[in-house]
Amino acid sequence: MAETNPQKVFAPWEDPTAVPLIRFEAVTKKFGTFTAIDNLNLKIYRGEFFALLGPSGCGKTTLMRMLAGFETPSEGAIWLDGQNVAPIPPNKRPVNMMFQSYALFPHLSVWENIAFGLKRSDMPKDQIGERVQEMLRLTRLEQFAKRKPHQISGGQRQRVALARSLAKAPKLLLLDEPLGALDKKLRQETQFELMDIQEKTGTTFVIVTHDQEEAMTVATRVAVMDHGKLIQVATPAGIYETPNSVYVADFIGEVNIFEGAARRISDDMVEIDYAEGKAPLRAVTSEALAPAQKVFFAVRPEKILVSHQPPHERANEVKGKIVDIAYLGNISTYRVRLETGQMVSAQMTNAKRLARRDFTWEDEVWLSWTETAGVVLTR
Amino acid sequence: MNFRRFSLISVPYLWLLIFFLVPFLIVLKIALSDTAIAIPPYTPVLDPAAGWAGLKEFFSGLDFENFTFLTEDDLYWKAYLGSLKIATISTLLTLMVGYPIAYAMAQAADEWRPTLMMLVILPFWTSFLIRVYSWVGIIGNEGLLNHVLLASGLISQPLQIMNTPTAVYLGIVYTYLPFMILPIYSALEKMDTSLTEAAVDLGCSRGQAFWLVTLPLSRPGVVAGCFLVFIPALGEFVIPSLLGGSQTLMIGKVLWEEFFSNRDWPVASAVAVVLLAILVIPIILFQRNQQKQEEAGR
Repeated sequence: MAETNPQKVFAPWEDPTAVPLIRFEAVTKKFGTFTAIDNLNLKIYRGEFFALLGPSGCGKTTLMRMLAGFETPSEGAIWLDGQNVAPIPPNKRPVNMMFQSYALFPHLSVWENIAFGLKRSDMPKDQIGERVQEMLRLTRLEQFAKRKPHQISGGQRQRVALARSLAKAPKLLLLDEPLGALDKKLRQETQFELMDIQEKTGTTFVIVTHDQEEAMTVATRVAVMDHGKLIQVATPAGIYETPNSVYVADFIGEVNIFEGAARRISDDMVEIDYAEGKAPLRAVTSEALAPAQKVFFAVRPEKILVSHQPPHERANEVKGKIVDIAYLGNISTYRVRLETGQMVSAQMTNAKRLARRDFTWEDEVWLSWTETAGVVLTR
Repeated sequence: MNFRRFSLISVPYLWLLIFFLVPFLIVLKIALSDTAIAIPPYTPVLDPAAGWAGLKEFFSGLDFENFTFLTEDDLYWKAYLGSLKIATISTLLTLMVGYPIAYAMAQAADEWRPTLMMLVILPFWTSFLIRVYSWVGIIGNEGLLNHVLLASGLISQPLQIMNTPTAVYLGIVYTYLPFMILPIYSALEKMDTSLTEAAVDLGCSRGQAFWLVTLPLSRPGVVAGCFLVFIPALGEFVIPSLLGGSQTLMIGKVLWEEFFSNRDWPVASAVAVVLLAILVIPIILFQRNQQKQEEAGR
């Protein structure tokens, strides 16, 4: 009864005393003259589902291959469980990888594929059978044990690859675009399955993906990468609601950017002059700004209200004309041209049936949002 | 079946009919005939002018005498066995030389591969006969190799390589190497490199990964290469007669001698028919291997 503490939230990255499982220390990786990873520092904690997100060529795969041992850092060190991994070859690391192509051995059955790593370890023979059975059960593949990889579906192959890489109970599992080859519906189901398995096994997962939705769904934390650097590392909500740069805001979901000079009007409020002769935008920010500093104001489409009449109770109101309507069933996205010529997207849920829709093309509308709806970015 | 499809399919079959089946039937017919001092040097010869009676007489003149003869003289089965032995050993030698080359080619950087491929195919630009004959200049008693070895003081007597089985193996390995390399290379080249990485990731050393993953997956290429070397090597005539001297007994040479020295066309034809019968087995196995590979490589 005295237990008043709510269940502890899993957030070791906020605990300064927590010991990370993986630590990248000033890691640089160069291929010839090309710098794939640029002086990168990163901590990943035990039990995390960590996503590396970025466009192709941003260095996320190189980062993962360095953890697996297929690449070695040109400079800096990688620590895994208190051990510098540089001298450890990939076959001796307590790390397993699930390859983008799955890399299932085509000449071996599902059972033999899963047992492959166990047979290379010093596990006794009878325990190997048990462990494989356990993995087959975990990934619901029991009835396919005797099939060859080309005799099962893509989704099943993906699960075999997962079972194989989890069989040796690695300290760290690396997943290279694990769902890239699946169609959308199967991918969404599999995302939840992955999270489920990650939770059941308690293994630390590091996933590489270019699909921001996937990263947001599965990960405890997301690292957004570009040109070999980490741009932002935060929880999915943190990345979405408080991006630290225009790059991140734009990479994750849709966003409207207003550019202008900021003027501080109170301790936490700024006014942004985004266009001549227009009322400035008001936004709450704690960012330290120089007088008249150029800033970017980012506001997500779903935070913007569309109405025929100015609502007056909201801090920001702009007038425009509807150019496009994208009807997506549950929501509609309105593309509105402001009087300044700028295009702004606003999203409204379709609470009413289509026949009674309020807005149509060429309508003069007001877009409004509160002072806390967006973020002020300096880069 | 519509006419266009039929005519398309009929072309290769017509080709095989004219250039394989008909000549084969002629050879078979000669094998069943008797020698004669005449032109052509066998009898009977079908005389179309004689009508029914001529045809009857023609068929009554055919018998299996020559095939029985092959079993009676031990020269023939010794020659067949000798050919099988030489073909088997040289196939294994070619595999041992060819696999590492194919593997190295598949591992080479992408921009190097066409060049390496070219180098493998390049010998085909020269006549096969000249390439085999040039070995005489290298391994002969007065040849390049002996000159170099004698001059360097490594040996005091010239090595006798010419006219030994070693020379035949050397010739076959050299000549048929591309047939071994190319199918193995193509099997290794299309292999996903992440497979060996996955094997290493799961705890294999590089050597184990090769043994457990690369080698089994290149098996179809190895099998194809072995057949491509074994089948022509079995009937090989030029290499043993140019490099092997009188010591090496191979069926191709026996065939040639029966045909041109003895002018015994019927026995020579019988030898050829039996050789073909022996070759049918590996050819069928080869076809099966190719088919399996196609099915697996979807």
